[in-house]
Amino acid sequence: MLDDLKRPNISYSALPNGVGVGYKAQHFTDLMQDAAPVEWLEIHAENYMGGGGRPLAQLRHLSERFAISVHGVGLSIGGEGALDADHLARLSHLVGWLNPASLSEHLAWSTHEGAYLNDLLPLPYTADTLSRVCDHIDQLQEAIARPMLLENPSSYLSFDASTMAETEFLGEVAARTGCGLLLDVNNVFISANNLGMDARAYIDAFPVQHIGELHLGGHDEDETQVGAPDPAPLLIDSHGREVANPVWDLLAHTLDRSGPRPLLIEWDADVPDWPVLRGEAVRAAAALATSRVPA
Amino acid sequence: MSTPQSQFRTALLDPALPVPDGLGDGRGGPVGRRFDVYRNNVVSSLIDALEVGFPAVQKLIGPVNFRAIMAVFLRQHPPQAPMIAVYGAALPGFLSGFAPLAHLGYLPDVARLEQALRESYHAKDSEALDPAILQDMAPADLMAARITLAPALRLIRSPWPVHGIWAYNMEDGAPQPGAAPEDVVITRPAFNPDMAVAGPGGATFVAALAGGQTIGAAYDTALTDAPQFDLSAILGILISGSALHRLIPGDPE
Repeated sequence: MLDDLKRPNISYSALPNGVGVGYKAQHFTDLMQDAAPVEWLEIHAENYMGGGGRPLAQLRHLSERFAISVHGVGLSIGGEGALDADHLARLSHLVGWLNPASLSEHLAWSTHEGAYLNDLLPLPYTADTLSRVCDHIDQLQEAIARPMLLENPSSYLSFDASTMAETEFLGEVAARTGCGLLLDVNNVFISANNLGMDARAYIDAFPVQHIGELHLGGHDEDETQVGAPDPAPLLIDSHGREVANPVWDLLAHTLDRSGPRPLLIEWDADVPDWPVLRGEAVRAAAALATSRVPA
Repeated sequence: MSTPQSQFRTALLDPALPVPDGLGDGRGGPVGRRFDVYRNNVVSSLIDALEVGFPAVQKLIGPVNFRAIMAVFLRQHPPQAPMIAVYGAALPGFLSGFAPLAHLGYLPDVARLEQALRESYHAKDSEALDPAILQDMAPADLMAARITLAPALRLIRSPWPVHGIWAYNMEDGAPQPGAAPEDVVITRPAFNPDMAVAGPGGATFVAALAGGQTIGAAYDTALTDAPQFDLSAILGILISGSALHRLIPGDPE
């Protein structure tokens, strides 16, 4: 597919410990002119799996200026069935062509019996799920010949069958497969609200030594009433607004434990003009700078 | 025996089914309507993707009808791969068989046209043939040669004025569509797909070239199909659309 397409001339071997944003085509010109304080970009892998055209041409230009994180949303690492071999091949091909600074995917499933459901669906944290997820990560890491990062989900429900906490599950996956972890701080905040857990305690239990990247994004309150007796409205991981203040606080708490890490602002719906997104990046850069000051 | 994920999947796509067992609110309470968050995400995100991909179909049936009908479509034809930017290849066939829209006979062809535009946008790049090569050839050599076409080229053959219908709905100031059938050639000169109506026999000629016929044989095929076939007109469309890729000389007679 991409074999004939000119490869990028420069490759970054790792994401810088600075601020990145999720790339949107409407920001291409702004980013190429003056991206500061943004040092790196994240792209959704599935948007760059065509044979060519503008998406890949833009990606090649961007990758010569920025370290790129390829973020997959469709591999269905938690799926009960085998990984989709065609999709795995497409992802490996993209990684081989681009040689990105990082590749990440989600602790979730999205494909079952040949149907792709376009959402990150939840998993029970059991020994069975653990062994399946590890097998799939082994398979991916073998295919791309590098370690990946696995992201914690935003949760709306729990499974009676779960026998492990999410933090314990993620730590075990990292230990068994050698993958790194992508900690989405907004997802922690959402899950804590939705499932009645303590977000700070989650961060305190998180295996921070495996963190390769942090995510921040905006969330919304669910418009519909969740059945009584729910104490608070559900929060939805919409990525359609500014990062909420309590999530910035949770980030500061995270950085206290982890130290500076590559930090991404995600804004995928109702995408704003560049100055608004840059404003979020500036705030993220300030949070990182604070975490660099020795206590 | 159905697995947890097949139960989950079936219940996601059918709101009439009960929520799967074994789910809760994280506090030891019932799951309530939490499962509906996933139901809404799946259905609304796929409908949103189809809105982006099929704006002319949406305009023709109205945004409210579009969302309702796409909710039926996506349950019958969920995506088979995670590349949402090209999800909808099954939509024209679905619309052909969807009785409540049978009075809009052209709708499936408008959907085919929009899907072809998306495929063209994402198709592999290719180098365009220098048209001077064609001009410099002796006519007999030209007729004996074959031409490979750009991967971004698409051909939509329709008994409806499909380009006119598309343009009338999508472009300001476009005239009312005529009555004559239109075959549409989609090319991608740079990054944006371009459309042109192929004159009589034009689509037959392009299809013959794509099928590996020599230029001469394709010309004869097109002329048999349409006596008023205009070779230079269709070559003009293909050349300006960078749709001719490589010339393969014929065997010397």
